[in-house]
Amino acid sequence: MTTSPTLEGGDPAVRPGIGGFLQVKDLRVHFPTDDGVVKSVDGLSFNLELGETLGIVGESGSGKSVTSLSIMGLHPPGTAKISGQVLLKGDNLIGASREHIRKLRGKNMAMIFQDPLSAMHPYYTVGHQIIEAYRVHNNVSKQVARKHAIDMLGRVGIPQPGSRVDEYPHQFSGGMRQRAMIAMALSCDPELLIADEPTTALDVTVQAQILDLIRDLQQEFNSAVIIITHDLGVVAELADNILVMYAGRAAEYATAHEIFTAPQHPYTWGLLGSMPRLDRERAERLRPIPGTPPSLINVPTGCPFHPRCVYAELNGGACETDRPEFLEISPRHFLACHLSSQDRQRVWENDIKPML
Amino acid sequence: MTSAPTNAASSQSNASGGGEDILVVTDLQKHFPIRRGLLQRKVGAVQAVDGMSFTVRKGETLSLVGESGCGKTTTGRMLTRLLEPTGGTILFEGRDITHISMGKMRPLRRDVQMIFQDPYGSLNPRHTVGTIVGAPFRLQNVKTEHSTKKTVQELLELVGLSPEHYNRYPHEFSGGQRQRIGIARALALKPKLIVADEPVSALDVSIQAQVINLLEDLQDELGLTYVTIAHDLSVVRHMSDRVAVMYLGKMVEIADRTPLYERPMHPYTVALMSAVPIPDTGRRTKRDRIRLEGDVPSPINPPSACRFHTRCWKAKEICSTIEPPLAELAPGHRVACHFPENLIDLPVPAVRADSPAAP
Amino acid sequence: MITYIIRRLIAAVGLLVVVSIITFSIFFVVPRIAGGTPETLATRYVGRAATAETVHLTAQKLGFYDPMTVQYANWAKGIVMGENYDYGAGVERCPAPCLGYSFITRQPVWPDLLDRAPVTASLAVGASILWLVAGVATGVLSALRRGTIFDRAAMGLALAGVSLPIFFTGLVSLAFFSYTLGWTAPGGQFVPLTENPAQWAYSMILPWITLAFLFSAQYARLTRAGMLETMHEDYIRTARAKGLRERNVVIQHGLRAALTPILTIFGLDVGLLLGGAVLTEKTFSLNGLGKYAVDGIVSQDMPKIMGVTLLAAFFIVIANLVVDLLYAVVDPRVRTQ
Repeated sequence: MTTSPTLEGGDPAVRPGIGGFLQVKDLRVHFPTDDGVVKSVDGLSFNLELGETLGIVGESGSGKSVTSLSIMGLHPPGTAKISGQVLLKGDNLIGASREHIRKLRGKNMAMIFQDPLSAMHPYYTVGHQIIEAYRVHNNVSKQVARKHAIDMLGRVGIPQPGSRVDEYPHQFSGGMRQRAMIAMALSCDPELLIADEPTTALDVTVQAQILDLIRDLQQEFNSAVIIITHDLGVVAELADNILVMYAGRAAEYATAHEIFTAPQHPYTWGLLGSMPRLDRERAERLRPIPGTPPSLINVPTGCPFHPRCVYAELNGGACETDRPEFLEISPRHFLACHLSSQDRQRVWENDIKPML
Repeated sequence: MTSAPTNAASSQSNASGGGEDILVVTDLQKHFPIRRGLLQRKVGAVQAVDGMSFTVRKGETLSLVGESGCGKTTTGRMLTRLLEPTGGTILFEGRDITHISMGKMRPLRRDVQMIFQDPYGSLNPRHTVGTIVGAPFRLQNVKTEHSTKKTVQELLELVGLSPEHYNRYPHEFSGGQRQRIGIARALALKPKLIVADEPVSALDVSIQAQVINLLEDLQDELGLTYVTIAHDLSVVRHMSDRVAVMYLGKMVEIADRTPLYERPMHPYTVALMSAVPIPDTGRRTKRDRIRLEGDVPSPINPPSACRFHTRCWKAKEICSTIEPPLAELAPGHRVACHFPENLIDLPVPAVRADSPAAP
Repeated sequence: MITYIIRRLIAAVGLLVVVSIITFSIFFVVPRIAGGTPETLATRYVGRAATAETVHLTAQKLGFYDPMTVQYANWAKGIVMGENYDYGAGVERCPAPCLGYSFITRQPVWPDLLDRAPVTASLAVGASILWLVAGVATGVLSALRRGTIFDRAAMGLALAGVSLPIFFTGLVSLAFFSYTLGWTAPGGQFVPLTENPAQWAYSMILPWITLAFLFSAQYARLTRAGMLETMHEDYIRTARAKGLRERNVVIQHGLRAALTPILTIFGLDVGLLLGGAVLTEKTFSLNGLGKYAVDGIVSQDMPKIMGVTLLAAFFIVIANLVVDLLYAVVDPRVRTQ
């Protein structure tokens, strides 16, 4: 599994990421609507290895959540046109039978969601919902499953799990609910865990607890984790590698360290420049990205970021007409940008880095 | 109109000098009754806000920060008198508006405006942008210099929208643009004080920065005073001149921005700052984190004395028996804690909170 | 939870008192305000042929000269404890609940009501089970297959069901199924359940289906709308993410939540019907409470009308109470507060 998968299957495109546990190849998710086709994800590729945490970062409409739902096979049938490949241990999930994917869901891949209050059923006890998740994939008695549920609740740090197992979600606090969601997701010991904005609805002190918990559990279970968020701070805490998405496409992929110390894409620069930071001197003024994210029905031609990119003129119109390829510019650093490496280096060193 | 505040609390909290006070809040309280049992008797109260005292100086930005349930939104709603306080007083430009009637509040609504968090829910989807932004003129019967339409279009330009947007509907706009519409509406009557409740937390990062910059430009241009309610400590540091940290309905610390962020004294403030994720992988291991256990307790049965003592790593017996006063431990820096942090390298506090200081 | 139940019970009793006051006002106070005298009221009891003397005496005996509050108190006391009527030649005991005597038959109203209630109850209970099952099933299937031919056909039929009056569908089905095909019993038959269950069902099947058609149409539309909303909830996505079978996602997670508001309406509808399904009973010539009320109205037999009104109100209040309690059973958020 540790051999480079990029040579398998005669796939010419080199994809970011090592390892072949999860391979996403040229994923496209399009939603036909009355106004036109919404291209939520448009040609996304990446790899993920067991034990690795990948952070997918982007603003609303960047396609990060749609990607995770596609991997899980959670788009209702008939709503989305999905093409490309999602290989989980070599098993292509796109086009597989619904029953096949259902059996993988929860058992091999699990998901936690943003708002734990609305993501749990209000009419069933927390324990019931965990037991249910466990018993779908494990042929055990209710008593055994209940023991397992209590055990899981204890492992995610819920005090007195033996009595709290019988309480309802509304009797839990926000942080406890998210812990219970995590217990539920991990109940079948999945190899892939997708966390979609797992801390966005939580208070900052509780967020810190949950991030610690996810990190600890990932080491304990050695699973692959995808964490989807808009908050660069959250991925900095957890992710080994970061994929920056814009308008349904990958803009940049690198190790977390590189994304924060030597980012190459103007959009990544923009994200870093527009957020106020506690760890730096207070800037007199924030440097926002001009304009607004594009409509996914009329994605700008060429590089989708060009209407908001300050450096688009440097390339004599290529940004407006040609879609930049997503290429490996240095080992394990991928980028979709027309800027020459000299230009990028110059802009980063002179204009961006001093301002962060 | 500039009236010198005569209230004792105002002169007290004015210690660090600066502009005149536009808003003086003394011992503000809001208790929501809880009714239970057969007869729906009042058995207790959610002490949403329990004794807040602070002043807001003309032209500054004061931020109220804290986690959910700390009472920051309730405080903001009392300042704009969308809620009636249970106790305490609010003086706006020297005038007591604590229990002022709706009718008498109406002219004051020109001077005090509110910006809401949700740019989707706070705009009526059936009204055009022109109607929404022009509504304050109609409601207040204000005659504008030119036509209302012209004035509204000028406002739209001021907040970075196009005058052509006048006849469009809210759903045609993105979240950031909607928040601009909300800001334009708030600015229509040239208010003096704007209470902004989480003005950017529903927006994407890149849009957030645009709106923060807009709010700052408008403040400089129009001489506005802001009371901002927020939970994001990085945004708060960027936007505010002074910051008040709240926990379970109480103010635990208030100071100018720089001392608060560089030398937070209340353990809760320290923990809050420690919990903020920093976009820098290098700090992942270096930071000695302070991790608070558990969640914020319920404001129905808040812990005794210092409400933070159940989660505080420094708490001793006294913390659960005697409530620490909000004392001025450094000039302009007031903290309610028996065992404050970052105190050693400071000079002896010159002024105590209970001794009146000359402005 | 106990206090919740007690509070609901007290509220229900309070509501009944209010209803009785309103009913009393409509039948006794309003006519007086409209210009009626104690004598005109008494005339109803003794007939127009009686002498002024008799009328006056009757009015006195029935207490029509007393203040309204005293009259109400006596009337209410009669309902709760029964009453003794002194008609000169002897004292007649009208046991509780005493709802007075019919002007026409001179029989106490309550035993009449007791006679009719099983007919109405049979109709309401049978039809309600039918429409709940049919309506909810159709609604769920429609929601799951939104936009398909099944959905359109079902919703078209539902629209017809909501719009067509019961006397139309009732008469058409009577003409067709009973008189032409002879499959079902003709109107006007009723065999009590206790006597012969098979005959009971046979006699009621057509009224059930007709009434259920009307209601299941409404329920199908409600269920469909509720399911469409619920199936977009986050917890449905969670249920799918756990790998549950789609059938379990729909029934245990979707329908469970979507049924709660339907339960409320169902309780109230059954309560309403128990007080008399006027049109259905009339159409199928069933001697139920509804028909009894109509007969009362036609012959201006006030005690009859009042009796049915009060009984109907009683059923609705009870249904309300049951719904409230059921809500606590269904939704733990109500129970554990």
